[in-house]
Amino acid sequence: MLNYTTPLIGGLLIGTSAVALLLLLGRIAGISGIIWGAVSAAPDNSWRWLFILGLLVGPLLYHTATGTPYPAPSSLQWWHAVVGGLLVGFGVKLGSGCTSGHGVCGIGRLSPRSIIATVTFMATGIATVYVVRHVLGGL
Amino acid sequence: MKNVIALLCGLMFGVGLAVSGMTDTAKVLGFLDVSGNWIPDLAFVMGGAVCVTLLAFRLVLRRAKPLLSASFSLPVNKAIDSRLLGGAAIFGIGWGIYGYCPGPALSALLYLDLKTAVFMTAMLLGMVLANRVGST
Repeated sequence: MLNYTTPLIGGLLIGTSAVALLLLLGRIAGISGIIWGAVSAAPDNSWRWLFILGLLVGPLLYHTATGTPYPAPSSLQWWHAVVGGLLVGFGVKLGSGCTSGHGVCGIGRLSPRSIIATVTFMATGIATVYVVRHVLGGL
Repeated sequence: MKNVIALLCGLMFGVGLAVSGMTDTAKVLGFLDVSGNWIPDLAFVMGGAVCVTLLAFRLVLRRAKPLLSASFSLPVNKAIDSRLLGGAAIFGIGWGIYGYCPGPALSALLYLDLKTAVFMTAMLLGMVLANRVGST
């Protein structure tokens, strides 16, 4: 059964956070860019680390306050985490953005680059799950 | 003040990711599995977020500058090139393999599943590698 309530509420919160960050600090809420800026010691960096701290703590607040259990740990293999992580990191750095920077913020700015990037990673994400689950039988 | 704002925005973003289900890799992979047992719910996450940004960014970017900062820091690169397309394509493959993109992976770290930490470490390594490739 379709549950759209919590995804929609979550999406509205994410969008509102991105708007507040742009309106107040003039920054794009692109998580991959914020992570890279933080670890590569970009200038004027304290806001990035505090945003990251919020990202880390926010879910704990939600689960604690509402009594919602944590999601079940992934049942995938270790190598999925290694290969998946490497490709995600390599791809977002090369392509200058991820689901938040290109997807939420870039589409919000009607950036042609971001719209094309989002269509591309959605398509390869869907194709990858199709191949892994329905061609290779789950790996 | 700027730091307080950044922390609050991060908290709101993190709560949003957890509420939405994006920190659950099984749901994310179910969302991407359109030809299988498709779970379409997560379309409402991006849908909801983009509705807000599409409407509000227009108003925000009419301003000469942000409220607490000297200028907007916006991406300047407009090129639609092989780096953009290749990077986005590779990112999508990794997303489809494990079910995390960067925000949810970071937000799920304190669930203390060791595999998430492995994913994050590999992701940072991937960024460093791409940075090397990109600078040559």
